[in-house]
This record gives sequence, structure tokens and C-alpha cells, in this order.
Amino acid sequence: MLKINNLHASVEDKSILKGINLEIKPGEVHAIMGPNGSGKSTLASVIAGKEDYEVTDGDLFFEGEDINEMAVEERAHKGIFLSFQYPVEIPGVSVTNFMKTAINETRKAKGLEDMPAKDMLKLIREKAELLEIDRKFLSRSLNEGFSGGEKKRNEIFQMAMLEPKLAILDETDSGLDIDALRIVANGVNKLKSKNNAVLVITHYQRLLEYIVPDFVHVLYNGRIVKSGTKELAHELEEKGYDWIKEEVNA
Amino acid sequence: MDLKEKLISSFWAFENHQDEDTYLHNIRTEAIKTFEDHGFPSKKEEAWKYTSLNSLLKNDFSVFPKQENAIEYNDVKKYFIHDIDTYKIVFIDGKYSSHLSQTTHDAMDICLMSSALTKPKYRILIENYFNKIAKKDSLTSLNTAFSSEGAYIHIPKNKMVAKPIQIIHFSTGNESAIMLQPRNLIVVDENSHLQIIERHQSLTDNPVLTNSVTELFVNKRAIVDYYKVQNDHSNASLIDNSYINQKQESICSVHTFSFGGKLTRNNLNFYQHGERINSILKGITIIGDKQHVDHNTLVHHTEPNCESHQDYKGIFGENSTGVFNGKIIVNKEAQKTNAFQSNKNILISDKATINTKPQLEIFADDVKCSHGCTIGQLDEKALFYLRSRGIPEKEAKALLMYAFSNNVLSSVRIPEIKQRINKIIANKLGVDIGFDL
Repeated sequence: MLKINNLHASVEDKSILKGINLEIKPGEVHAIMGPNGSGKSTLASVIAGKEDYEVTDGDLFFEGEDINEMAVEERAHKGIFLSFQYPVEIPGVSVTNFMKTAINETRKAKGLEDMPAKDMLKLIREKAELLEIDRKFLSRSLNEGFSGGEKKRNEIFQMAMLEPKLAILDETDSGLDIDALRIVANGVNKLKSKNNAVLVITHYQRLLEYIVPDFVHVLYNGRIVKSGTKELAHELEEKGYDWIKEEVNA
Repeated sequence: MDLKEKLISSFWAFENHQDEDTYLHNIRTEAIKTFEDHGFPSKKEEAWKYTSLNSLLKNDFSVFPKQENAIEYNDVKKYFIHDIDTYKIVFIDGKYSSHLSQTTHDAMDICLMSSALTKPKYRILIENYFNKIAKKDSLTSLNTAFSSEGAYIHIPKNKMVAKPIQIIHFSTGNESAIMLQPRNLIVVDENSHLQIIERHQSLTDNPVLTNSVTELFVNKRAIVDYYKVQNDHSNASLIDNSYINQKQESICSVHTFSFGGKLTRNNLNFYQHGERINSILKGITIIGDKQHVDHNTLVHHTEPNCESHQDYKGIFGENSTGVFNGKIIVNKEAQKTNAFQSNKNILISDKATINTKPQLEIFADDVKCSHGCTIGQLDEKALFYLRSRGIPEKEAKALLMYAFSNNVLSSVRIPEIKQRINKIIANKLGVDIGFDL
């Protein structure tokens, strides 16, 4: 589904990703862990297509197609979804209207008619229930005045609405209390299937208790320096990142 | 002969044909003298520093149309708010169109300025209200000198006017260039409620210059909502001079939606005379090309415990220019005044310009006054966020711009106007998304 070869990326001439190799197949859950500043969020943004980052070398394939030159929205239409670490507040646009626009624009890109209003309402109600989101919340301005937990839940609600093939969860666990964490993880798990994939980006092992990864990769200094199974996450939780740094620097 | 000379000589030709009416004759001749002394305002005047009329005035405007022109309703239906029942006062090239209008004399007067100025039964009202609050500046005086037609509305006390009134001025383009000087007088007595929608619409690209004057009296506890829809052709220019006199406990709101036209200047003046008055001034400006929109507002607080709220949003693209000059005066007696002013702007092109200037003159010591103006660009982070959800760049920008101006629309009390404005905004931003939030 996603194939990354020798990916190098920089922002304002500062090199951040220095040769990433990663392959994600349908049905898999991958986790990328690593210390602060290792390039985790940059990797997420580059896959989603943020234009601030320049890909200086390497390839980015999604379902066999080179997406490196593709606009952000086109990648979204192909089925790539990024759950933001810091969702942006947009006063004046309600959650419902935002979702309607996003879904209908995605359908338009695929040559489909707008979703009938009745179906849209039904879908919104269904997915809101899944994330235990109150109906009143949906008429509020997008992320404006939302608590940290509400923002993250809203991200996963959007994911549920858009049903992406590849969901990238960038530090979705940060700022969540244990109940919110459970709701969010439960939502993600219910959306998982053999046809889609999840890439979890996190500093801590906590979220991986709920969204169990098939593979865990450690990102350090712009490279994946170690890959393993979920046991690697436990090891990192126990021993921290210093031993990895020492191994790499040795 | 330049336009000023042409206007003055036309005035005398016109005035000599009027019936001898000393009262109005004196007002008109005094007004033309003021215009003759001062001429059109130039950029040397502080209030016109950023708005130049020079290139406009080079047009060879005809001052009186040569013929009466007719329009079929179906051809202009789209310029009306037609999905609700309304009173209509419609003018074509400055002349009243009874065919397109729907007026009334049933317990109130929703009719014509020409009747009010000439019929004896209106004389007392004219003497009490006409030209009483209009400033004696050169453009207003020019209008006063030529004042013969426009809307005349008198709502007696304790009346809820159930239907909004639409005042629409069409110009047909049958003249190669035309100057129009509509004059409106609106008097709303104690406890009465009124909603007005005003529009100036040219039907071709021939140059039009409208120099409009409205005097609005909002008496004790009356409530008036006034909506100005400015979405004219690219060769039409408008100078709107509005003077609003409010008495105690009255509420008056003016929403100005400026999307079209070549040059638009809104001189919006609120004078408060009484306690617990609320004045609301709101505006959305979305322009591009070489369009120019200038909002010049004044709120004069003279007595205690009053409020004013100004909220203007502007989005400027291409080579467009905007001006906001908001003046608030709080007299020494006007303690406990709450006066707020906000002017926020987004420049979406490197060549667009906005000049914004708050002007506060506060002589009372126990007041709450705030003002704020911002000039910025669209938020890149928000844009990325919307696009990452599959909303294309153009639509994402439109959504952000719409959201930016949305709060101004929230106070519009006629849903059909809100829908109309939403459509115009979507159209203006070149997108096909229903902003029916």
C-alpha cells in the first residue's frame, strides 16, 4: 500500500529525514516511535503532502503510484488521512459543514454526485456515536474551544467519516486522559480491516496497549534505526531511548 | 465644461422649472452654493486621502435622463429578494417605476420622495425632518440641490411593519453615462419596527455614478434593520451618504455588503440623542480586480448609557484597495458608553491594499471603548488542514474566507438575505459550495 524508499526531506534547507525505508501492506498496523526531534511528525507531514517540506531524494509510492508530486487534497482523495498532533481551530466552520464539504469534495474528485443530505446525516450520527460524540458538539465551530481530548476524538471522527485506506495517527495519544484514549483507540480498532492500514506515530508505548501494532520502528536522527514487533515497544518503554542512541552512535 | 460646471448649470435650468416653493427653493439654492464653493472632494482632504474621484469625474455624465425607460420584471427579478413578500420602491434611471413597485398609504406611508416634497399633506414632516441631519458637505449638498426623487417612508408609532421594504435603483445603460442622486427620507416613530433592503444595480457596463443621501430617523424605542447590498457592475460607482438620528432606547443596525462596483464610498453617520441607544454597524467587503471600497463611519455618543458596535471584515484580492476610517466621538456627558470597533482584513494578493484608521475622540471618563484592526493573510496551517481532508485548495481558501466573514452574517435577521449573500460570496470566491451553515 505505502512504499517509501530512501526518503530524504528537508525544511528550509535543514535536512530532517535522511533515508527512510518503510513498507506498509493492507491490514497492517505499524508504529513509529522515537525521541523528540527524530523526524516522526515530519514523516507524517511528508506522506500527507505538506508543502513546507521538500523531498530531496527517494521515492514515495501509494498503491503503486508515485505520489511525491501530488497535491495534499489529491492524496486525501486517494485515501491517505493524517490525524493531526495539533488540530487547527477554524472559527466559523461547523464540524458538520466541514465534514459535508470534505466528503462531497472527495466524491466530486471521484466523479460521484453529492451524498444525499439524508444519508449524510445518518452517517454523521453513526460515526459520532462510535466516538461517543455529543450531537451539540457537531454544530460547534471546528476545534474552536475544544479540549485536547475533544480535538483528538474529532480527528478520529473525521477518519471514521472519510474511511481512508491509510490512516496516520500523529501523536494522537498526547493530551488524552485514559477514558478518551480508550474511546479513540476503540474507534480506530473498529475501523480497522484487512483492506486498510494504520501508521501510529508516538513517543510513548501507552497507545500501543490499545492499538496493537504488527511492526514497531524506531526513528532516530532521520533514519529508521531499528524495527521489530510490539515487544520492541515494551523494551523502549522500560529502557527509554538512550540505549538506541548509544547503539547508533557506537 | 467639466462635471461641476455642468451640474451647476443643469441645476439652474432645473430649478427654474420647479413650482415656486420658497421653502425648498431656499434649501436647494443654498445647497448648490455650498457645492459651488467646495466642489468635489479631493485627496487633499483628510477624509478623502485614500479615495480619489478624479478619474470617475472625467466621464461625461448626463444629469437628467432624456427618456423614460422601462424594464420587464422577469429581466431583473434576480436583483430582488423575491422569495418573500416585500414592499418595493423601484427607480429606473432615477425615475419612479410604478410597474415594478409595490407601495402603500395604508396606515403608513411607503412611497415617493417626489410626492412628499410636493404634496401639502406631507409638508409638516418635510419641514421637521428633510435636510435636518444631512451634513452640509459638498457631496451631500450636491444631492440636496438635486433632491427630487427617492424613497419616502413614514411609519407612525406602535407599528410592526410585517414586510421588509426593498429600495432598488436600476440604471438601464440607455444613457452612455449617467449620474444619479437619489434622496431618501425615512421616519420611524415610537415603538415601531422596520426592515429595509437597499440596492443600486446597473444593467450594462456603461458608467454610472450614484451620489445617494439617506436621512433615517429612529425615534424612541423603535427598531430598524437596514441592509445595503452593493454588488454592482464593474463600471458603476456609488457614494452613499447615510445619516441616522436615534432617540432613546432605539436600536438601529446597518449591514453593508460590498462585493461589486468600481468605486464605493460609504459615509455612514450615527447620531445618538437619548439614553440606552444601541447602534450596530456591520460590513463584509470582498473585492478584487481594481475595485475600491471605502467605509467611513461615525458614531457620535452624546448621552449616557448607550452602546455602539462596529464590525467590518474585508477580503481584498488582485489590485483592489480598501479603506476603513471609523470615528467614534463620546461627549463629556455620555458616561457609561460602551463603544466597540473592529476592522479585520485579509489580503489575498501582494498587490491589494488596505488603509485602516480608527479615530476615537473620548471626552467622558467612565466609558468602555475598544478598537482593533488587523491585516493578515490566510492561515497556512488551516489551509493544509482543510486540504488534508480532501477539500481542494480553491474551495479550502473560500471556506476560510467565508468563515472569516461569517460572524457578520450571523446578525442578519432576514434568512433570505443571508442565503442571497452566501450565494454572492460563493460566486465571488469562484466556488460552488453551499455555505448554508
